Amino acid sequence: MLTLIFDGIAYGMLLFVLAVGLAVTLGLMNFINLAHGAFAMAGGYLTVLLMNRLGVPFLWCLPIAFVGVGALGALLECTLYRPMYAKPHLDQVLFSIGLVFMATAAVDYCVGSQQQIVQLPAWLLGRFDIAEVGIGKYRLFIIVVCAALTVTLQWVLARTRFGSRLRASVDDARVASGLGLDVNRLFLLTFAVGSGLAGLGGALGAEVLGLDPSFPLKFMVYFLIVVAVGGTTTLTGPLLAALLLGIADVAGKYYVPKLGAFIVYSLMIVILVWRPQGLLVRTGAQAGGR
Amino acid sequence: MTLVADCLRADAHWRRWEIALAVALPASWWLLPGQALLASEIAILALFAVSLDLILGYAGIVSLGHAAFFGVGAYAAALFAKHVQPDPLLGLAVAVAATAGLGAVCSLLILRGSDLTRLMVTLGVASILYELANKLDDLTGGADGLQGVTMGPLLGRFEFDLTGRTAYAYSLAVLMFATALARRLVHSPFGVSLQALRDNRLRAASIGLSVNARLVAVYAVAAAMAGAAGALLAQTTGFASLDVLAFHRSADVLLVLVIGGTGYLYGGIFGAIAFKLLQDLISSWTPQYWTFWLGLFLVALVLIGRDRLIRPWTWRMARR
Repeated sequence: MLTLIFDGIAYGMLLFVLAVGLAVTLGLMNFINLAHGAFAMAGGYLTVLLMNRLGVPFLWCLPIAFVGVGALGALLECTLYRPMYAKPHLDQVLFSIGLVFMATAAVDYCVGSQQQIVQLPAWLLGRFDIAEVGIGKYRLFIIVVCAALTVTLQWVLARTRFGSRLRASVDDARVASGLGLDVNRLFLLTFAVGSGLAGLGGALGAEVLGLDPSFPLKFMVYFLIVVAVGGTTTLTGPLLAALLLGIADVAGKYYVPKLGAFIVYSLMIVILVWRPQGLLVRTGAQAGGR
Repeated sequence: MTLVADCLRADAHWRRWEIALAVALPASWWLLPGQALLASEIAILALFAVSLDLILGYAGIVSLGHAAFFGVGAYAAALFAKHVQPDPLLGLAVAVAATAGLGAVCSLLILRGSDLTRLMVTLGVASILYELANKLDDLTGGADGLQGVTMGPLLGRFEFDLTGRTAYAYSLAVLMFATALARRLVHSPFGVSLQALRDNRLRAASIGLSVNARLVAVYAVAAAMAGAAGALLAQTTGFASLDVLAFHRSADVLLVLVIGGTGYLYGGIFGAIAFKLLQDLISSWTPQYWTFWLGLFLVALVLIGRDRLIRPWTWRMARR
């Protein structure tokens, strides 16, 4: 039972790191980016290819995935995404689904459609027991890395000048730019970091979630659930939602394997009907897309 | 007052191209006898897209889970034919009734919240139904699909055959009937009030429109039409599988509608024709990677703008 919760937490933390960039994108620019999973996939494939073809050690791959995918995100933001912000949500959805289709087919063409396998270093394999609770070493590693990232993000957001600018822009981009903040540059940076985090999450999760060209479509729903349920105005909201989702998914698949995904979706609908703007919402912040 | 009434009435007039379309569609049955299978698919997709246009183009509800109703309609028609009665028209009526009820219930979930919430809830409903259909394999056949559906002859006389000509006539008739009905609906005061609440929900509510009741009604109607499209597919192919509820179907129909244009009712028909022909063309050219070109097309469509892409002659107008 506790092992399940532990696995669920690891899964949830991973989902959080994967989805947090999406939450910021949505909160800051009110942009529905369904292609977020494609960045995660890019990180995963970058890791797999670096490890298998060039023999780069796993730990080095993680920062490379972060930086590489972040740069890719920045490039795409400048060229393709920026004209999309002012468009209606429907256009954004179509545009990003189009990107997903392209990414999926391109990866299929370049690497092949088979499942990719990540060779973890030996010290991350296996599991040990603490007080009857079986703990996988790699899962523990995921939790530690993701927790460190979460704390760092929270610190950046709450304590630094960049963070307060970002929060101001999320609350009201127009007023923020009126006060002289360069919202576009701020967003470029955030988008790059967000996609970099997705890339890192993809690299970390390649072993746990599986990696093949259908990755962005398969997990798009999960990222969106995290963001929609958690709300976009805080970090705690998506974190809570991701943990809830992770535990519900792992426990659901274990106890009632026939109804696994069913539970997740029902839970999401109940929460969204109960609180349409997400679990934790600061009142007055963001008019939303009503 | 009369000015407004005149305006609305002028808007509801049958235009020349509408009449031409109403002639061309039935004529295609005689003109394209060899393409009946593809044409029948197009007609079904068109009906599905027109139903989405009712909620997206007229009521402004963004949905990523419209396949829920398509799939339920397909399964309802197939199950009805298998276990109760093989008559197609009766089965169609049952499927329409079932999906209208489902639509009315589901509409309660999408009354609140932002676009993202609606996207997620509609997507969630479709996914739940997909999972249900997968798990209830005694009833639906699960991943293998529902087999052994034999349809009775249409109107007791016309058998569904391998050339698909009966199927095409049937699909086409239902499509034209439903489109005419939808046309009547969107030009009625009800339809005009829908557009009002799409453009500004707060203002619509403050001039005394009951927003929620209208949304429930239009959602149920659109669901019923999508259900009819699903029923047509199940009846003409004699088969229903999990594919009818899959996510890509919801995405495809959205693409169809965007290619054809939203908010003028015929976008679904034109879009379905363009989409199917395009799909046929590209997938015969690169069968495995055709989604790449579809994606590229979408990105270009949105970046350049649909109006400019489809009407290149307006480029010069804008420059002037």
